[in-house]
Formats: sequence, structure tokens, C-alpha cells
Amino acid sequence: MARAVTPRRKSLNTALAWAVGLLIFFPILWTILTSFKTEAQAIASPPLFLNFNWTLENYAIVQERSDYMRFLWNSVIIAGGSTVLGVIIAVPAAWAMAFVPSKRTKDILLWMLSTKMLPAVGVLYPIYLLFIRLGLLDTRGGLVVVLMLINLPIIVWMLYTYFREIPGEILEAARMDGATLKEEILHILTPMAVPGIASTVLLNFILAWNEAFWTLNLTAVDAAPLTAFIASYSSPEGLFFAKLSAASTMAIAPILILGWFSQKQLVRGLTFGAVK
Amino acid sequence: MGRIQLKSVTKSFGDVQVIPPLDLTIQDGEFTVFVGPSGCGKSTLLRLIAGLEDITSGSIDIDGADATDVPPAKRGLAMVFQSYALYPHMTVRKNIAFPLRMAKLDQAEIDKRVEGAASVLNLTDYLDRRPGQLSGGQRQRVAIGRAIVREPAAFLFDEPLSNLDAALRVGMRLEISELHERLATTMIYVTHDQVEAMTMADKIVVLQAGVIEQVGSPLELYRTPQNLFVAGFIGSPKMNFIEGEEASKHGAHTIGIRPEHIAVSDSEGTWSGKVSVSEHLGSDTFFHVHETGLAETITVRADGEVAFRHGDRIHLTPRADVIHRFDEKGLRIE
Repeated sequence: MARAVTPRRKSLNTALAWAVGLLIFFPILWTILTSFKTEAQAIASPPLFLNFNWTLENYAIVQERSDYMRFLWNSVIIAGGSTVLGVIIAVPAAWAMAFVPSKRTKDILLWMLSTKMLPAVGVLYPIYLLFIRLGLLDTRGGLVVVLMLINLPIIVWMLYTYFREIPGEILEAARMDGATLKEEILHILTPMAVPGIASTVLLNFILAWNEAFWTLNLTAVDAAPLTAFIASYSSPEGLFFAKLSAASTMAIAPILILGWFSQKQLVRGLTFGAVK
Repeated sequence: MGRIQLKSVTKSFGDVQVIPPLDLTIQDGEFTVFVGPSGCGKSTLLRLIAGLEDITSGSIDIDGADATDVPPAKRGLAMVFQSYALYPHMTVRKNIAFPLRMAKLDQAEIDKRVEGAASVLNLTDYLDRRPGQLSGGQRQRVAIGRAIVREPAAFLFDEPLSNLDAALRVGMRLEISELHERLATTMIYVTHDQVEAMTMADKIVVLQAGVIEQVGSPLELYRTPQNLFVAGFIGSPKMNFIEGEEASKHGAHTIGIRPEHIAVSDSEGTWSGKVSVSEHLGSDTFFHVHETGLAETITVRADGEVAFRHGDRIHLTPRADVIHRFDEKGLRIE
């Protein structure tokens, strides 16, 4: 039975939820607003909220100074490539863990996840040296591999959770029907896990898109994605908040739109298994 | 062809041996039922035959060839699961066609066989639906359809009717029996329901704790149960067991008498007692009789017209020719 909630309490809860939501969203909102101000208005004190002269000049300057499309393309390739590669590797791994677990499966999962607790900077040096040796510095391929490896534990973990929800008898039925392991994964497991795989892909695409540490350290020009594009506006001539904001807004816009349209899928995917 | 032979098969999960060495031969075309209480190893045995579990030692032959290390996909057996295990993302047509697609048959042949199976199973109108849009009985038919299209060496059924309601279960029981008549293919059927076992089987294998208690035709098991377990498990209501003085009179440690082999009377009989509960089924009446001095309760099956009520005095006479005798170990004395 649902607990009785008085209307007053309900509106209070709603107000609280909105307040927390706005608090979290405020920095992004402020960045977007700032991107439409002049540099002088951007640093005005007291700060201007909506009562300023809206202008698009920052966008024009950013557009003129750097090739947005090239950065965007690199971001798409790196985030997309690392996600696709990660899923291709993670599906069989998660299959094995979910359907033919051993005594050590739980340990392996935890160990994989524990690699996420390692501060990235701790392995920067060896990876940087490897990249030099292998000629991967400032290449999209190198970043695809690194970001895939970084996010692989999460992809495996998520897929493992979804696969566990699929009744084993259905896979056994496929085996009895003459399906090989490959056919079983391709024709039965994957289509049944599509909602789970979709939200895994989405989340990892977002994580890879937003990843800044490795993209900033391992790229210079050729493979630089949108994170590097933002960073390039924080440097030499001092801080130009309005232009930095415009660049940031352009960098986060694609992912913001993607997230907005797929939020239902994302929430459903993340709570899959928790609520049956 | 589908002759299946198990030779000294054992199965252990970790240190626990669930199937001690077991030998069993299932003849081609035979309808064999594995029956036993929950946890007796009957489903495990079926899964060993299917190849879904590896045997710990021993060997399995299918049609004279060693199939011990053959993966399930290559054993040529079809299985119908308790949960139906249909592919939820595929239509009925695709579900039934799946094993044929895996066998790389050409599309025309696949279509022909799917249509054929669908018409046999009354599924023609549902071919383009998804499993989620079907009733329990229809889903069960799809599962059977998926099994028959590939013309397997043998069918394996794992408690296929236990998710259906009582009326549907009787109907499907008949359909499966008819299917066996028509296809004459080996069928192995696992159930805990002794009525299913009795009505469908050519041969019943009674299992307890992974051990075969008895193998025989339904009537053999009914008439000459080899031990107390089989005697108690086969037959409904359960056989009455009487120990002590009454048993010694027959030269046995325990005697067993089926409820239908006891005559009732209000005036005279070998034994007497008091009716505690009477269950009227219309065709039959079951009396549960207390205070007989023989056992706590003696169950009697009488004609539907016989009317005794709670507390009535009742006289009972067992049919002497069908009293089963067992020794101290619970084994049958001939």
C-alpha cells in the first residue's frame, strides 16, 4: 500500500526537488547565459542575470577563431569508437560472467571496478610513454583504445546486470535448437538485451564525450576533441569568460540534446533490475 | 531413430552427488516418463541427456553413438521447457522457424515446415503474433511446434504442463499423447504428477534422491510396486500402509492396500473404524477412517452413492488378492 502523502507535504517535496534540480543545473545555465553577454557584462559586479544586451558576437568570434566542426568530428569518432569497441568486447565477457559464472566471477567484477578507483594521473606517465613508442600520440585511434579501456569495467558491469535478468532457459532453448555460441549471442541474447545495451551505449558515449583528462593529455591538434576546444579558450590571453562560455556551450550542446531526448531510456536502463 | 542409453552415469555438483551411478535404456519410439518428488533428480537427469549439464562420469549413447561430449546443439534432441522459453522478441513464425534457420535450411523448406507445424497445432492464425500476446496454452503449443519442426531423434519435456490451469492441462496431456501416436518418436517426459505419468507413459521411471526405484509400465508399477516408495507414490489416493500384528498375519513387516481395494459396509467387515472426513467427488467418495487400530488413517475409495458421514461407524474389508506385502527393508515380498 502506498503511504498517504498529504497535498501540502507533496507540494513541499516537489518544491524541494525543483530546488535541488536547479542548484545542480545552475552552473550550466549560467554558462549558457554568460555566452550571450559581452566580456564586460560577463564579469560585471553585481552579476547580471537576464537584464543584459543579448549578443551572439562570442559565437561568431569562436567560430572564426577555431574550426568547431573538426573538434566535433573528433569527439564523435572518439566517443563513438570507444563505445562501440567497448560493447563488442564487453558483450561476450558479460555473457560469460552472467551465464557461466565461476567461483571467482564476483572477484573479477569487483577487481575490474576497482581499477576505476585508481587516479588516472597515476598511469599517465606509462601510458604517455607507450603512446610515444607506438606513435599513437595525438591520434584518434589511440584515444579510442584508451577511453574504451577506461570505460570497459562500467560497460561490462552494466551488461552483466542486464544479462542476469534474462532467463537462462531461453538461452538453453537456443542451444537445444542448434544455435552455436555465436548465434546464441547474436540472435537471442543481444536482441533481448537491447534496452540494456542501449542505455549502456548512451551512458558510455556521454562519459567518453565528457572525458577530459586523457583527451587533453594525449592530443594536441589532429585528434583534439571538444574538451580540448573548450580548454583552448581558457589560456593564453587570460580569461575571457564570455568566449569561454560560448565555446563550452557549443561543446556540451550535442550531448545535452542527446541526453534530453534519451532521458527516458537512460533512466529505465539505469534502474533496470532494481525495479522489476 | 532415438534409442538413448545411459551407462553408469553420475552427476555431482561440487561435493554433492545428486545422481549416483545410474543405468537406463530408453527404446526408440518409447514414451518414457521420469516421475518423483521435487528434488529427486529427474530434471537433472533430463538435462544430462539434453547435454545442458555435463555428466561427472559414465557415458550417454544416442542411437548407438557416444554422445557424452557432444554439445546440446548437435545431439539432435528437442526440448520443451517448463517456462516455455520462447524467444520474446520474435513472432510465433520466427520462434518455430528458429531451429530450422540454425540448421541452415532454405527458406521455402522452412516456410513449408512452419506452416505444417502451425496447422497441426492450431497456430495458423497466430503466426505473426509475439509470445507475449498469447495465452499459456498457445505458448505451450508454440514451444511444442518449435520442437517438432526439426524432426528430432527424441523430444525432452521438462514439466511442460505445470504452468497451465487444470482444464488446459488435461487437454494438453491428450494433445501430447496424440502427438506421440502420430510421430512415434522417442519422448522423455519429466513430471512430479503421477497422474500425468500414469496416463501418458509407455514406461515410467520412478526416481528418488537420484536413484531409480523402479522402471516399468504404468500398470506394472500399480500392480507390483517393488518397494514402499513406489507403492506410496503411484496411485491416488495413496496406498494405505499397515504395520504390526495385522501385517505379521500376512507374513510381512508392512502390508499395503489401495483405497480402491477396500469394500465398505455399515454392518460387517474385517476391520472397523470411525469416519473422520468424507470427500464426495460425485463419481467416487473418499473416506478417511480413524480409530481402526491399524494405522492413524485408513483411506477408502467407495462408490459415489455410498453415504457415510463424519462420526459414523464403518466396516472395512480388504480384497485379499491385492494386498501388497513388504519386508523390514521396505522391499516387496512375492
